[in-house]
Amino acid sequence: MNIDKWLVRKDSLEKLFDILKQNSKTIYAPATKNGKVSFIETDSFSGITTDYIQTTQSSKEIVFPRTEKILDYTKNRDGMSVKGIDLKDIPEIILWGVRPCDAMGIDGLSAIFNWDYKDEIYNNRLSRVTVLGFSCSKSDEYCFCTSAGGGPGNNAGSDILFTQLGTDGDYLAEVLTEKGSAVVLLASGLFEKAGEIKKEQFLAEVPVRFNKEEIRKKLENSFESELWIEHSLRCLGCGACAYVCPTCACFDIQDEAHGKAGTRVRCWDSCGFSLFTLHTSGHNPRELQSQRWRQRIMHKFSYMPDRLSVYGCTGCGRCSRACPVDMNILEHLISIQEVIV
Amino acid sequence: MTDNLYMPYLMKIEKVTYEAPGVKTFMLKFINEEDQNRFTFKAGQFGEYSVYGVGESTFCIASSPTRKGYIECTFRQTGKVTNALSGCEEGSIIGFRGPYGNTFPIDEWKGKNLLFIAGGIALPPMRCVIWNALDQRDNFKEITIIYGARTVNDLVYKHELLDWERRKDIKLVTTVDPGGESPDWKGEIGFVPTIVEKIAPSSKNSIAIVCGPPVMIKYTFPVLTKLGFQDENIYTTLENRMKCGFGKCGRCNVGKYYVCKDGPVFTLSQLKELPDEY
Repeated sequence: MNIDKWLVRKDSLEKLFDILKQNSKTIYAPATKNGKVSFIETDSFSGITTDYIQTTQSSKEIVFPRTEKILDYTKNRDGMSVKGIDLKDIPEIILWGVRPCDAMGIDGLSAIFNWDYKDEIYNNRLSRVTVLGFSCSKSDEYCFCTSAGGGPGNNAGSDILFTQLGTDGDYLAEVLTEKGSAVVLLASGLFEKAGEIKKEQFLAEVPVRFNKEEIRKKLENSFESELWIEHSLRCLGCGACAYVCPTCACFDIQDEAHGKAGTRVRCWDSCGFSLFTLHTSGHNPRELQSQRWRQRIMHKFSYMPDRLSVYGCTGCGRCSRACPVDMNILEHLISIQEVIV
Repeated sequence: MTDNLYMPYLMKIEKVTYEAPGVKTFMLKFINEEDQNRFTFKAGQFGEYSVYGVGESTFCIASSPTRKGYIECTFRQTGKVTNALSGCEEGSIIGFRGPYGNTFPIDEWKGKNLLFIAGGIALPPMRCVIWNALDQRDNFKEITIIYGARTVNDLVYKHELLDWERRKDIKLVTTVDPGGESPDWKGEIGFVPTIVEKIAPSSKNSIAIVCGPPVMIKYTFPVLTKLGFQDENIYTTLENRMKCGFGKCGRCNVGKYYVCKDGPVFTLSQLKELPDEY
């Protein structure tokens, strides 16, 4: 599909929100709660927070919830009845205000959930989500999207990407998919045909700090490198990096029993936890934190590109912001590029 | 089945067999006949067995695809789920998802000698292949089984071992670790690698299949190499912790390979390409 470029007046953005709301769409947008900006179901345009670099949590949880029911079971006199999650119950959602690095993360998630076996729970959720991306006009020292193959105005993963043309300016709307076109149709009066607009001058400047292809190559022969020990000395194994990451998809499956009935859920997990790979026998293939840190970097920058043709990092920088001991993934990646021969 | 990859088949425990201390075998039948008719698997594949309300646990299918209408699994009571499974009685209903993973390439082994080497609770994944081979006995030359456990009591499938011992077309060698023998034990005494070296099966036109605890595998490989087995003719299975069984949950990988998808069956030459992470 060709990119369709439209202009949306600054004042029309609220009208767009209201029209979507009137069409009984559930809208998740960045909103401030307890001092943190997160994607929260929002009823009014005024509830949206715009003055932020990055939400604390990525928008991942809208397509891949933190805890998600797989099935319900009930034990009865005749045996057992088990009912899987009804895919038809998954709601239509407008995801408003997604940063390009989060939108790009959908590629990684989709690759994981669709190589070989197709995960229809994930696919059904994603198919019902319309991603309204918003380009970044600001960045901070943790951002490195341009090194990860993205950028502050990158449109991958968005159904429509809005770029504000200067402070208080109107918005360029790049309509990228059928789902995006559907939004334009709902509010066609608000979308004006745009002329030649160059958005680059309005985007945040994010310098390129490393070459991901080079890192991938260096990782091929660095499994035994001493660097993993040095890099992970501080790591507490808390897993915060995985929980805020827009592409981390590792999960656990657990049962929650309530008397004779209960549910089986799929919930986020992290390769940083020592229990993640622990065998019942007590043997653990990744018993050291350095091995677990290596897995994290290798998975994102070597295994995923090798197996799934997509990197598992979009340069959002959240893991560095969230780390309680100030481990900075950008510094680590630069170090890998410099130190590993 | 539904689109939901995580939905188990409902299975009825048809028969429970006590194998050894803490070890049981379940014969499982599909509650839904359609599921049963549609279900197929190959030797070496595994599944996720679940007790509703407790969770899922991963182990192989211990019966052979050549024997239809049911599946069997053998497990040792160790963790939360296997303890709950162990408490299930005949007639109880459990969940089963599968089959997952790759298979032993039995068809490629036709016309060859098969050497099975197993230790302890690792006979079950091999039993699937042994049954399969015995059900088409004419397709293979000599079949040798070397099986060891810590003590006589810890040997699993005791009835079957007696059957195999009586058969003229199988060479069965059983062994127990020194000190694990009973007063009238007639088998070998010694660790599995030592016994393999003593029996010294021929590597000519032979395939070796080795399953057991890591330490047994580690010391058996060099013995096989000494006997002349090529790396590509030595097969084993890897067991890593799993949740999904189909390449998504992210924990069973060894380097870029997933034990659940690229394994669990690997040849020694493939293992040598893997990083030391299993």
